[in-house]
Amino acid sequence: MNESATIISQAAAVVLKRQRNSMLRHARYVVSENPVTGFAFTLFVLIALCALIGPYVVPYNPLASDTTVTLKPPSLEHWFGTDQLGRDIFSRVVVATRLDFVIALASVALVFAMGGFAGVAAGYFGGWTDRIVSRIADTIMAFPLFVLAMGIVAALGNTVTNIVIATAIINFPLYARVARAEANVRREAGFVQAARLSGNGEFRIPLMHILPNIMPIMMVQISLTMGYAILNAAGLSFIGLGVRPPTPEWGIMVAEGAANIISGEWWIALFPGAALMLAVFCFNLLGDGLRDLVDPQRRT
Amino acid sequence: MLATIGKRLVTVIPTLIGVIIVTFLLTRVLPGDPAVYFAGPAATPQSIADIRKQLGFDRPLPEQFLRYVNDLAHGNFGNSLSTGRPVSTEITSRLPASAELTLTGLLLSMLIAVPLGVLAAVRQGSWIDHLCRIVATVGVSLPVFFTGLLLVYIFYFRLGWAPAPIGRLDVFYTAPAQYTGFYLIDSLLTGDFEAFRAALSQLLLPALTLGIFSLAPIARMTRASMLAVLASDFVRTARASGLKTSTVIITYAFRNAMLPVVTTLGMVFSFLLGANVLVEKVFAWPGIGSYAVEALIASDFAPVQGFVLTMAILYVALNMAIDVLYGIIDPRVRLEG
Repeated sequence: MNESATIISQAAAVVLKRQRNSMLRHARYVVSENPVTGFAFTLFVLIALCALIGPYVVPYNPLASDTTVTLKPPSLEHWFGTDQLGRDIFSRVVVATRLDFVIALASVALVFAMGGFAGVAAGYFGGWTDRIVSRIADTIMAFPLFVLAMGIVAALGNTVTNIVIATAIINFPLYARVARAEANVRREAGFVQAARLSGNGEFRIPLMHILPNIMPIMMVQISLTMGYAILNAAGLSFIGLGVRPPTPEWGIMVAEGAANIISGEWWIALFPGAALMLAVFCFNLLGDGLRDLVDPQRRT
Repeated sequence: MLATIGKRLVTVIPTLIGVIIVTFLLTRVLPGDPAVYFAGPAATPQSIADIRKQLGFDRPLPEQFLRYVNDLAHGNFGNSLSTGRPVSTEITSRLPASAELTLTGLLLSMLIAVPLGVLAAVRQGSWIDHLCRIVATVGVSLPVFFTGLLLVYIFYFRLGWAPAPIGRLDVFYTAPAQYTGFYLIDSLLTGDFEAFRAALSQLLLPALTLGIFSLAPIARMTRASMLAVLASDFVRTARASGLKTSTVIITYAFRNAMLPVVTTLGMVFSFLLGANVLVEKVFAWPGIGSYAVEALIASDFAPVQGFVLTMAILYVALNMAIDVLYGIIDPRVRLEG
């Protein structure tokens, strides 16, 4: 008895190992097939580092103005130049990483929770739950998304928290639809029936059995929408919502430099804009790479 | 055909109701008392109560909603706090500017993206295919306000080819007589070619900014659907029958490949209408987007609400137009519908 259990567990371990190996091999294949994913990952590490330790290593205080060096082009002292108040743009760009990152991460986490639960409930229970969730998602999709985000921030109040909430709400349909579709196909799957037979309740099954199963696909959704969340938040602060000056944030820094573009001081808007672009680019590439890994059928 | 359109109109009604409910809820139910806000900073409890009564906020919510719908039905979007002018007249007078910008942007983007996607699919793996992939990946990562500023710097400050980004028409020109509100069309109708040239030169950069923004989804979709069609049986048959390659690609493959592209236009419009706001701010374009942004900064809610509603209704209408267009291109849909 004991012996057979050992054999079975050994066999299971072998199977697991083989699975893990094939997963690794697949990962290596995806990365080698598309070296861009490797590049994106490096970029991601760099951005994460900026967000984590950026504020402690920048050469200047991002808020300190110095009237002796206003509007200086990039030099060895000020790598990215200085703005009209003499603030060091390099320091501001690096420090801003954390805020932009946190806004995007918080809104994605929020919509992940909202959309995940609502979508799984809709897909699993069907009926009225499904109708309500789908109707809400449809109504949100009936708006041009950025415009709806503007309206939400205007109504809730002009704060960073509300930017997070607005960004989460406009992404809700995407998450809810993916979760709904994935939960729907698993509704009568073998493992769900097994869970039901062993006495799991009607709330426990979607929460403890279906939700963990659709996690990989939801994670892909996260990395695919992360770039959009950053763009959206920066766009809102560009038009003057949410983040207030003098807080360093990429969108508002581009807005501050916009007036100087016409008189030729390109560096004020260019560097924060380029940082924003790189971050979004990096997340989009990572999202595509992750999707190829988890869901190879959707490759384009 | 009319029946199809009629049926489609019926399906729009629940969406419109949803949109109106959301815009209503955005002001009435959310935290913060609109009456306090309308009364201004120097309000007394008495004046707040008066305003509440005057605006009907003391009534139950469903009744307020009916009043709101009734106002909308009479084209009353409320008055702007800062200018005192009715929101509806302001939006109607500014809408053509936004529409002209968005449509020109879309047109430019289609002119570049569709041939790019088709060529990428026909010559799969060639440099143009790689170019298409780069455009599709970089395009979605570009913040639209950043592209706009970059274009201003290059074409206005460096090269001096474009005029200053200060709206629809240089101050030296007078706006053409209003027929459609589209300066390009109006100036042609009145035969004022100078104004046409001036309006075009002002329009080109912002429209290009929007075009670059929507390039990516259109190019990607064109390529994908063209690839699918080229691999299909009827294209193989057409080739086997000895038709010329150009005939096969243009007459057989292209028309069928455009169907999914037309469908993605709905999503593209959602992005375009949002990006429009940012582009209008960069180029000081006097459209409804910059109107809403000014109102937002001044905490003036009626224009924002009117703007969100107008955009949503426009978007719903555009999606419907796309569906109808789909029926015209693809007779199979019409039969089923």
